[in-house]
Amino acid sequence: MAHLSVDLCGLRMKNPTMLASGVLDETGRSMLEVAKAGAGALVTKSIGKEPRPGHGNPSIVELQCGLINAMGLPNPGMEIYTAEVKEAKKGGVPVIGSVFGGTEDEIAELAGLMSRAGADAVELNLSCPHAKGYGAELGSTPELVESICRKAKRLASVPLLAKLTPNTSSISSLAAAAERGGADAVVAINTLKAMAISPEARMPILANKFGGLSGPAIKSIGVRCVYEIFESVKIPIVGVGGISSGRDALEYVMAGATAVQIGTAVWTEGLEVFSKTSREIMQFMEENGYESVKDMVGVAHPGRN
Amino acid sequence: MFTVSRQIDETPSIKTIRFKEGLAATPGQFVMVWVPGVDEFPMSVSYSADGLGITYQVLGDGTKALASKVQGDRIGTRGPYGKGFAIHGKRLLVVAGGAGMAPLAPFVEEAVTHKASVDLVIGARTSSNILFESRGIQAGAKVHISTDDGTKGFKGLAVELAESVLAGGKFDSIYACGPEKMLLGLLRIAESRRLPMQASLERIMKCGIGICDSCAIDGKHVCTDGPVFSERDLRAFGELAKTKLDMCGRKVPV
Repeated sequence: MAHLSVDLCGLRMKNPTMLASGVLDETGRSMLEVAKAGAGALVTKSIGKEPRPGHGNPSIVELQCGLINAMGLPNPGMEIYTAEVKEAKKGGVPVIGSVFGGTEDEIAELAGLMSRAGADAVELNLSCPHAKGYGAELGSTPELVESICRKAKRLASVPLLAKLTPNTSSISSLAAAAERGGADAVVAINTLKAMAISPEARMPILANKFGGLSGPAIKSIGVRCVYEIFESVKIPIVGVGGISSGRDALEYVMAGATAVQIGTAVWTEGLEVFSKTSREIMQFMEENGYESVKDMVGVAHPGRN
Repeated sequence: MFTVSRQIDETPSIKTIRFKEGLAATPGQFVMVWVPGVDEFPMSVSYSADGLGITYQVLGDGTKALASKVQGDRIGTRGPYGKGFAIHGKRLLVVAGGAGMAPLAPFVEEAVTHKASVDLVIGARTSSNILFESRGIQAGAKVHISTDDGTKGFKGLAVELAESVLAGGKFDSIYACGPEKMLLGLLRIAESRRLPMQASLERIMKCGIGICDSCAIDGKHVCTDGPVFSERDLRAFGELAKTKLDMCGRKVPV
């Protein structure tokens, strides 16, 4: 019998779809709704040490092919957010706590706090493209990625995932650095740094000017990144970027992803996107004689199909 | 972008900005209004097809900047978004508190067009703050006024006046927008009379399209599940009239 369950560095997921960080995950109650809708795991909003309001509005631009956002890492701070993690865990699926920080030590400390708050794994946001001093500003050099992962690994008692930026010349060297630093998995990709201008207003629309592009526009870039990473690391990969169907998810899986994350498609498809994606993957597996999602991981690479 | 046609002073603190372009919106829906270089924020639609209109209280930097716009200026809009009011039955009680009349005025007009009879309670702090009384009368609603200071109509709360209007006739459903304390009071009355109710809520809203979670209330989202909620949701909202999220996502008192 074909089944959808996957094991991601010890996390048991009933299906390979998870909620991407930043979408409907500022409150535990909202994450419960996403779990109820069929997500196999939940990734929280990226949480920092102190409460942070994020950038002013406009913080989102709607495009035909996706979204550009510059939310600016709004979050209530780790201490307050602990209650939201506990609430989200009532959903019965793994909860992965995303954290960001301004220094290696701060990120490591937050990874520790997040695992103590009850998160089943920690995702390091080394890739937000629109918050000065955070995210991609720390996650763009292999040396820093390696040393952040090493420090975080020491303090986190749960699996550690490093979410990488595609705004680099070589995402596979960032992935290899994360692996050397002890990360249990890598997540690729975060949004691509982008801008939209209103011709009438003669200015960038986002209050922060720059933002991160997500959605269908970046899917093919994400698939390429996962394909490259798969050839340079042994740890599992979580694919993310523009997934809104089973076929999108299968591209990532065959490029090398063990599981996938869905974010922007919640906007276009609603929360049904999780069960729909799972159903479509299952249908493909039945039609093509696959027993398990893991049998399809990386099969697009030469010699693996 | 939309082009400003004019500004109208409705009360000492409430203005309406009208645009040349129209928008097909259901009463109760909202638009995200971008004042370039200043801010973007959600506003209820108070006029739609014959030139978009937004009725707003001049409070922060965003609405101050909106108030400074004159004919020919351009404003960005996204939307209309969210779920609006749906006509339920033939005898409607509509209760507006303060600026809450903004989304209810087009609803009253639509309900009367659809042959419903409407009793409209407008509550305000003082007589000069009463919004859209003449619009209600012109639409053909029976208008009841309450003011906190008794300068016009019933002296007291809109909820109290609504209760006496309900006692004096038969109604099929209740519609409301205004302070959450008022909404909670009306919800209790609706429950005891077993009447359906729809109310429009307000929360901090950043994306407006069901992504960012900043307008969450008990797992629902004001931008996509609302802003108009029915009594079933309203009853389930433990946060109603108690807590809301601030810009950081912390729960703070309403």
